[in-house]
Amino acid sequence: MLTKRIIACLDVRDGRVVKGIQFVDIVDAGDPAELAARHAAAGADEIVFLDITATHEGRSALLDSVRRTACQLFVPFTVGGGIRTADEAAAIFDAGADKVTVNSAALAHPELIGEIGAKFGAQAVIVAIDARRVPNRSAAEAEVFVSGGRKATGRSAVEWAQEAESRGAGEILLTSMDADGTRAGFDCDLTAAVSQAVQIPVIASGGAGNAQHFTQVFREGKADAALAASIFHFGIHDVRTLKEELQRDGIPVRLAC
Amino acid sequence: MIVVIDYNVGNLTSVIKALRHIGAEVAVTQNPAELAKADRIVLPGVGHFAATRFLEKRGLTSAIRAGIAAGVPFLGICVGLQWLFAGSTEAPGIPGLAVFPECCDRFTSGKKVPHVGWNSLAIRPESRLLAGIRNNSFAYFTHSYRAPVTDVTVAVTDYAEPFAAAVEQNNIMGVQFHPEKSGETGLRVLRNFLEWRPC
Repeated sequence: MLTKRIIACLDVRDGRVVKGIQFVDIVDAGDPAELAARHAAAGADEIVFLDITATHEGRSALLDSVRRTACQLFVPFTVGGGIRTADEAAAIFDAGADKVTVNSAALAHPELIGEIGAKFGAQAVIVAIDARRVPNRSAAEAEVFVSGGRKATGRSAVEWAQEAESRGAGEILLTSMDADGTRAGFDCDLTAAVSQAVQIPVIASGGAGNAQHFTQVFREGKADAALAASIFHFGIHDVRTLKEELQRDGIPVRLAC
Repeated sequence: MIVVIDYNVGNLTSVIKALRHIGAEVAVTQNPAELAKADRIVLPGVGHFAATRFLEKRGLTSAIRAGIAAGVPFLGICVGLQWLFAGSTEAPGIPGLAVFPECCDRFTSGKKVPHVGWNSLAIRPESRLLAGIRNNSFAYFTHSYRAPVTDVTVAVTDYAEPFAAAVEQNNIMGVQFHPEKSGETGLRVLRNFLEWRPC
């Protein structure tokens, strides 16, 4: 049976993990390679490395950081954050990523999705969508924001997800800006609206606070995968504990033999 | 020397990295002459079945056929497994190697396609490629087309319908999943391939 994926996200700035994930026995939580390996060992089905470096200098160090993280990682490894061109994506694949996420640049130039897919396969292109609910409107009408959530686009998440699919995206990474950081649960209505509108897998992101939230987003939100960062710091200690709880809830998950 | 065939599709970094991690000496080539020197051949693949046209165009198909006939162990991954069959409805008119006579087809179950994620392997105990791997272990898949379950199938996976997750016939082996991305289970598959010797 195909299992629901639990994806651990590392927010990386200038080569260091800057928030969300800490382990009690690591004083400095900041090394992405070490944290990725620990998450994989604890049963994370995938690792997402999100580069939030603002400076150009920092970005050139990104490839080195990706390479080091990928080096000992034998589960799917996704890298995103600020990728604007197929050439930039190619360099990231060369450094060891299996997939990239594209966000703002894909909205500005949707042909980017197909360009990356043509060379590396559709499975390697994840379109990341940051969406915010519009007051008094349905979840399906949630609006897409770009530039780290600062700029409204006037487009609906459902419609953009469908276009991304038709342009060859392999998966959708859907972040609820309303839920993000609240640890009060995923936006299940939004996730379900997008997940049911496309054929490709949808990864839910934003709002994870406890195992129950994951169960809800898999059941009610129809999510194929769920991503979290801070939950592995606050409350639930690691992916293994989370997965054991999900299994008790009847959610199919991969538990290490 | 393990030779990994580069047919201009997808990303070979992960496959090469995993093979080197388990101690293999790896060369990457598009040159049929290099294949003649291979101890083992790996045909990776993420992408469209049509990409395998490159193999015929560059003379790699006949080099692979010769290698297999000479007993060189061959491992096809993902599209590399599908290419061992006669063809795929993904690219009608482009023949596979046809060591297995059936054809690959798209999932028709009504579930989401592609099939992406970790799914379990129902392993036939006689498999040498999957030796030492516990039944129902998980492996990472990402694909829209699949090979049918036949006599050469050594692992079956279910995605609303059963399909071949691994095939094996003497020195010819294939996996639909990505061993380079399937954690310890995947590395064990690669090790088994590396250590494969004729009976």
